Amino acid sequence: MTDRRTLLAGALLALSLRPAAATPEDEAAAVRAFTGGAPLRAGRVELDIPPLVENGNTVPLKVTVQSPMTAADHVTAIAVFNEKNPQPQVITARFGPRAGRAELATHMRLATSQTILAVAAMSDGSFWSASAEVVVTLAACIES
Amino acid sequence: MTWLLALLLGTALAQPRSGALDMSRELQALQADDSANPGMLWVQEGEALWQRPEGRAAKACADCHGAAPASMRGVAARYPAWDTASGAPLDLAGRIQSCRSQHQQAPPLARESEPLLALSAYVGLQSRGLPVTPPEDPRLAPARARGEALFRERRGQLNLSCAQCHEERAGLRLGGSLVPQGHANGYPQYRAEWQALGSLQRRLRNCMVGVRSVAPAYGAADYVEIELFLAQRGAGLPVEAPAVRP
Amino acid sequence: MARVLLNLPRSAAKGSVIEIRCLIMHPMESGFRPGVNGSILARDIITRFSCDYDGEEIFHAELSPAIAANPFISFTTVATASGTLRFTWEGDDGFRQTETRALTVT
Repeated sequence: MTDRRTLLAGALLALSLRPAAATPEDEAAAVRAFTGGAPLRAGRVELDIPPLVENGNTVPLKVTVQSPMTAADHVTAIAVFNEKNPQPQVITARFGPRAGRAELATHMRLATSQTILAVAAMSDGSFWSASAEVVVTLAACIES
Repeated sequence: MTWLLALLLGTALAQPRSGALDMSRELQALQADDSANPGMLWVQEGEALWQRPEGRAAKACADCHGAAPASMRGVAARYPAWDTASGAPLDLAGRIQSCRSQHQQAPPLARESEPLLALSAYVGLQSRGLPVTPPEDPRLAPARARGEALFRERRGQLNLSCAQCHEERAGLRLGGSLVPQGHANGYPQYRAEWQALGSLQRRLRNCMVGVRSVAPAYGAADYVEIELFLAQRGAGLPVEAPAVRP
Repeated sequence: MARVLLNLPRSAAKGSVIEIRCLIMHPMESGFRPGVNGSILARDIITRFSCDYDGEEIFHAELSPAIAANPFISFTTVATASGTLRFTWEGDDGFRQTETRALTVT
């Protein structure tokens, strides 16, 4: 069994070793890598994520994009970014007209309260986005 | 004021309330969706284990019990139950262990091992939606009473009892977290905190370590006694296994 | 072999959109967490998920450490013809797992 001193030392180490969070610049760079610098337009993207999260380890997330999903006009990719996890990327999914609908759902991690950004790349070269603020409450009792 | 008075007096629960009701709408949806609830990964494994011959007897659970959806319906809702052979109460995982050693003559599965969690989740699922129905077996009464005493006993360096948080302060907040009534109707359950499925005994150990007390080893009689009391205290709540909790 | 839970219909009407939901048991160790002795646990994640429909890739996703343990992914596809859907998860330390499901299109 672990004694208290070890636990305390472990907790302090955990704090000191905690990696620096991604910065807004890191996120902007990751978004630029996805868009190639094209401007983000607001709209057409719906980001469904709980506004208040009891534990950041498993957070359901769904992105839906308005698109006819035809050969001529479809979503080619959906990417999700975050501000304050250690890295800005969450998921990047590639779509084609065979998807039928531009929908993506997953479960993500949130290191802390922050804004989540979803970006959709369209076949006409435009990029659309939506963002949502998520508050992660601090758990009082955790397994040690 | 009435509730404040009730809190101060430390009265027992008027109405059991499942922790699921106090989760976010999104986590409730996650629990209810069998194609997204990660606990179903363990259920699927348990279903495979149910069919697999084991031990010197080369028998599968299904060889004696048949199809679990019929034979195991309501079983998890009744555990812990009295075990005549050992003359002691057994929880569901203990019953699976005992079946395995007696009838399959197979090496024991450790508490909290993946196969035991998987079988517990599969059997638990067969009672989903049924009310927790502790047996009215008088032989269980002394152990249940010991369980209640353990629930109300202050322990550890924080000198806290289970009841001080989960009865007297249930519904209030500790930090950002709601203090739940601490019912057992969802186990084994997928906790986001664990990023895995775990048993009620694992959760009880968390609390014991949390108040800086010495937690007995897995499978100890203390746990089964507390489980007996919790089943009675949460009688009537729907079985939610495999539940999802933060 | 990691446990996998795939939810998709066995059959679908031609031209209809079907939803495919995938769960796989995997720790998604982020590479940022200290272990019990304080040293950082090595990253061990699934980095790529893909779905082929009769040999043609219809969906893929690149995953990061920000995806929760036991990754869940849900997406859709148009039921074009009876055939085989092949799901592949690839990750750190040479992790690779493939599952197939038959789809009957009527």
